[in-house]
Amino acid sequence: MIRLENISKRYKLSDGKIHTVFTALNFEIHPGEKVGVLGQNGAGKSTLIRLISGAEFPTSGIVNRNMSVSWPLAFDAGFQGSLTGIDNIRFICRVYLGNIEKVITFVKEFSELGKFIYEPVKTYSSGMRARLAFAISMAIEFDCFLIDEVMAVGDVRFHDKCNYELFEKRKDRAMIIVSHDVHNIKAHCDRASVLIGGVLKNFSTVDQAYEFYIGIESNASTSEI
Amino acid sequence: MPAQEDRNFFSAFKTQRRIVGALLMREVITRYGRHNIGFMWLFIEPMMFTLGVLFMWTFMGLHKVQLPIVPFCLSGYATILLWRNTINRSGNAVEPNRTLLHHRNVRIINLFLARTILEIAGATMSCAILFSFFIFVGLANVPYDILKFVFAWTLLAWFSFDMSLILGALSTLSEVVERVWHVFAYLFLPLSGAFYMVEWLPREFGKAVQWVPIVNCTELLREGLFGPLIRAHYSITYVIIFNTIFLFFGLFLMRYISNRGVDGE
Repeated sequence: MIRLENISKRYKLSDGKIHTVFTALNFEIHPGEKVGVLGQNGAGKSTLIRLISGAEFPTSGIVNRNMSVSWPLAFDAGFQGSLTGIDNIRFICRVYLGNIEKVITFVKEFSELGKFIYEPVKTYSSGMRARLAFAISMAIEFDCFLIDEVMAVGDVRFHDKCNYELFEKRKDRAMIIVSHDVHNIKAHCDRASVLIGGVLKNFSTVDQAYEFYIGIESNASTSEI
Repeated sequence: MPAQEDRNFFSAFKTQRRIVGALLMREVITRYGRHNIGFMWLFIEPMMFTLGVLFMWTFMGLHKVQLPIVPFCLSGYATILLWRNTINRSGNAVEPNRTLLHHRNVRIINLFLARTILEIAGATMSCAILFSFFIFVGLANVPYDILKFVFAWTLLAWFSFDMSLILGALSTLSEVVERVWHVFAYLFLPLSGAFYMVEWLPREFGKAVQWVPIVNCTELLREGLFGPLIRAHYSITYVIIFNTIFLFFGLFLMRYISNRGVDGE
C-alpha cells in the first residue's frame, strides 16, 4: 500500500516567491488497484507522481510506501542522453537489481529498436524513447506502476502491444495513471482523483471524477470567453 | 535521506553503495569512452610534461641541483592532476545526470560521489603507473618512505573530495562559481607547491603558503619520496583539521541543494 498523508509541496521560484503546488493532500492506493489522476496542465500531476515515486520529498507530510514502485514512466524520464540504449538498460538494471542479460533480451525484442539500441538515447525520437522506457519498465517487476501520459505514444499496433503487456499480463499490479485526458483513465482505472487549485479531490468511481472534471473544464472555457 | 524502504542504516548503506557503483559504470563510459584512447591521456599528459621539463633542465644545465628532477616533476604533476581533475569534474556533475534523479534511490550526492571516486582513482592509477615506469627505466627512485607517500596522497585526495563537494554544490546554485574557480585554479597553479619546495622560498613567503592545505600535502609527499634529501615544511594536524571542517561544510551544502529540490524542474 502507498499512503500520502497531509502532503504539501512548495517550490521557491527564481524571483524569490514561493509557489505552492498543493496543500493538505491525501491519497491511498492498495495492491492491484488502478487509480487515475486527472488535472489540467500545470495542476501538479507530475509533481504528485514524483512525490509518490520518492524522487522528490514533500515540504511537509508523510509518504508511506510499502510496495515497490516504478519510476515515473514518461517520455524520456530516467535516461541519460549520452549513453546508448543498451548502457541505459545496464544502468537501470544495476539500480533496480534487474538481471542485465534477461532485461536486454526482452527490451531488444519488445522495443523493436533494432540497431538503434546501440546509439545514444539523445539521438532517439520521442517515440523511440517512449518505446525504450516502456520496454525497460516491463522487464523489471514492480508492484505499482506510475504512468505519466506515456500511453499516447506509438502506432496502433505498438499501442495494443503495450496495453496487452501492461493491462493484461500485469493486471494484478497497482497502477497510477496521470493524464489530462479522460479517455485513458476511463479505459483502465477503477477510480480516479482530480487535482485542481492545489487540492486533490478523491472520488470512488471514475464517472464521478469525470463529471467533476468536466465541470471544471467547462467553467474554465466559459471564464476564458 | 534514504528511500523509505531502507529503514536501517546498513541496508540504506548497501543501497547507496549499489547506486554509486551503477553511476561509476555510467560515468566511465562518458569520461573515457568505449572506443577512444581517452583513458590513455591520464598517462600521456603527465609523461609528456615530465619529459619536457627533463629536457629543458638538462639543456639548461640545471640537473646538477641536489634533487633528482624526474621524480620531482612527476610528483608535482601527479598532485596537480589529483586535485585539479577531481575538483573540475564536479562542476558539471548534476546537469548531464539530471534525468537519472527520477530513480528514487539516485540522489544528488551519489552523482558527486561517483565522479569524485572516478577522478581520484584515475589520478592514483596514473601516479602509480608513471612512477613504476620511470623507476623501471631508472629515471626515478623508489619512494624513501612509501607509507608516508601514500598517506600524503590520501590527505590530498580527501581535500580534493571536500572541495569537489563544496564547489559542485555551489555551482548548481550559480554558474559564476565554476567560471571563477577555473580562473582561480590557473592562478593558483604556481602557488600549489608542485613546482617548488617551501624551503627554497623567502622565509615570510614560505610561511604564508603553508596555510594552503595542498602545499602541506605536497611537502609531505615529497618527504615520503626523497627522505632526508630535502627539508619539508608541513603540518599534518592542520591538514586534518582543515579537511574535517571542509568535509562538514561540503556535506551541509549537499544537504541544502538536495532539499532545495534541484531534482525538480
